[in-house]
Amino acid sequence: MKLTPLSVGYVPLVDAAPLMVADQMGFAETEGLALELVPAPSWSSLRDMVAFGKVGAAHMLSVVPVAMAMGLGGMTTPLSAALVMSVNGNVIGVGRALEARLREQGYGFDFADAAAAGAALARAADGPLVIGAPFPFSMHVELLHYWFAATPLSGLPIEIRTVPPPMMAQALAEGEIDAFCVGEPWGSVSVENGAGALLLPGKAIWSFAPEKVLAVRSDWAEADPQLLGRLMRAVWRAGRWLSQPDSHTAAAELLSRRGYLDIPPEVVDRALSGRLTITPGGEQRRSEGLVEFHAGAANFPWRSQAKWMAAQLAARHGLDREAAIRAAGQVYRTDLYRRHMAGVGAELPSASEKLEGAILHPTAVPTQAGRLTLQPDTFFDRRIFDPSA
Amino acid sequence: MHLQHFCGLLLFMSEPLTIVVVEQDRDRALAIVDALKGAGDCEVVVIGHSSGLARRIAAHSPDVVLIDIENPTRDMLEELTLASGPLERPVAMFVSGAASGLARAAVEAGISAYVVDGLRPERLKPILDTAIARFHVVHQMRAELAETRRALEERKVIDRAKGLIMKARGVNEDDAYAILRKAAMDQGRRVAEVAEALVTAAGLLS
Repeated sequence: MKLTPLSVGYVPLVDAAPLMVADQMGFAETEGLALELVPAPSWSSLRDMVAFGKVGAAHMLSVVPVAMAMGLGGMTTPLSAALVMSVNGNVIGVGRALEARLREQGYGFDFADAAAAGAALARAADGPLVIGAPFPFSMHVELLHYWFAATPLSGLPIEIRTVPPPMMAQALAEGEIDAFCVGEPWGSVSVENGAGALLLPGKAIWSFAPEKVLAVRSDWAEADPQLLGRLMRAVWRAGRWLSQPDSHTAAAELLSRRGYLDIPPEVVDRALSGRLTITPGGEQRRSEGLVEFHAGAANFPWRSQAKWMAAQLAARHGLDREAAIRAAGQVYRTDLYRRHMAGVGAELPSASEKLEGAILHPTAVPTQAGRLTLQPDTFFDRRIFDPSA
Repeated sequence: MHLQHFCGLLLFMSEPLTIVVVEQDRDRALAIVDALKGAGDCEVVVIGHSSGLARRIAAHSPDVVLIDIENPTRDMLEELTLASGPLERPVAMFVSGAASGLARAAVEAGISAYVVDGLRPERLKPILDTAIARFHVVHQMRAELAETRRALEERKVIDRAKGLIMKARGVNEDDAYAILRKAAMDQGRRVAEVAEALVTAAGLLS
């Protein structure tokens, strides 16, 4: 069989795993694809590579296509999120100085309770805080703002500063930032380098936060729908493989390779297994589903997820909320997902939107073919976002 | 590093453009500055170190910001597109339709340019043409360097593979190379690939 070549861009992170697995474990080949994986040095470069057609598709921050649809950022080419590649996966960490002050207060670093962590951090901070995040349009920044607003951190002068993930540990060690929110393995790398300690997983703020999407130019999605469908199915099968505990060791080995992350496999494995070392002293914490590639219909691009991001962005940037929410609804393509994922075993929920934050326990919902169990999607302050309100 | 150069020629009636070049390598930065100085009436500021990049760029309120696409600190510039204070000017990466051809050419040359809203394409074009030409040269040199390194690495691996064959089969160096070359031809692979496979396999067995 002759394979169709297709270039796909990514930023070296644990959550780019579905692309590497699709390429290396034969899922792309099964769909007749020869993937050319192109690492990008920055998110803005990757966005431009998709927009200008240097790559067909990309591993992309979930917020970027929404922000672009709202006219935020330097580029306005319409992008579509064909599926969610991963849910959760970020960690929040603090530098050694803040870690020491938190300990002096008797804070236990439970790596779970966002309200308690916010209150403790606000007490420990003795002045303005500078917090590093990889990109202005990212779930990292959205989670940080959400966390600040609902904790005593709201009373502090806080600056969020853009720092590329591989430079986060160094920026923390040099005191350029006091804390960070970053995707794995870069949080664990700062622990490994002795630069900081991990305070919270991102999921402690929003327990089912879409983190990366498979992004394509909207006109590309229409120009060659068959090609997109094959890519989506390969990525979806790779995500299903990654979600099996038996796959973690092999996946960590694969990702740690020099061409991909170039990080020791035991450090990569922490995010995949949810067993994190949170301090340079070696304290361990468990966090189930730290990054999720499959379970609970993780790959379904709920329009309500995009609308939540749009509402947050609109409020912060002074844009019209209704227009933003309308634009965002066009970007998360439940229609593409339903069209291309029928018949491969992917669960297709009957609805395309849900009340974000309303699922407190694993809940069975109707699908086009039967039933599906959705995972909790709560915000730590138990607020609920109604996409139609 | 923080250099400032003023381009003296007053070729335009309008104010000189302020261009910020983000580049850590001093020699490359100087070459780009020299080229830009020849392109028109402009003030060029080079910023090398990356800490507080967006703020330091904004302090110059530039008309154009140029940065290598391969530079990982480029994401720090994205904050410039959000400038909203009364004294700040929004910067976009080629929003106007007239400049979209220029934008594509720049991206293909490996350069990202952030341009202040409303800057006319005819003022931008000579600068970008110059920058693109300069970046082409830089990227070519980088590619040649990478190629030289790769060739050196390959020669080392081939030498080690020859040594293994000479030892295992008791042949001389020329014969060892002939064996390698024949294996490569039979398998439709490059000699260096076969040598690499042999060295890896030998490492596992020893």
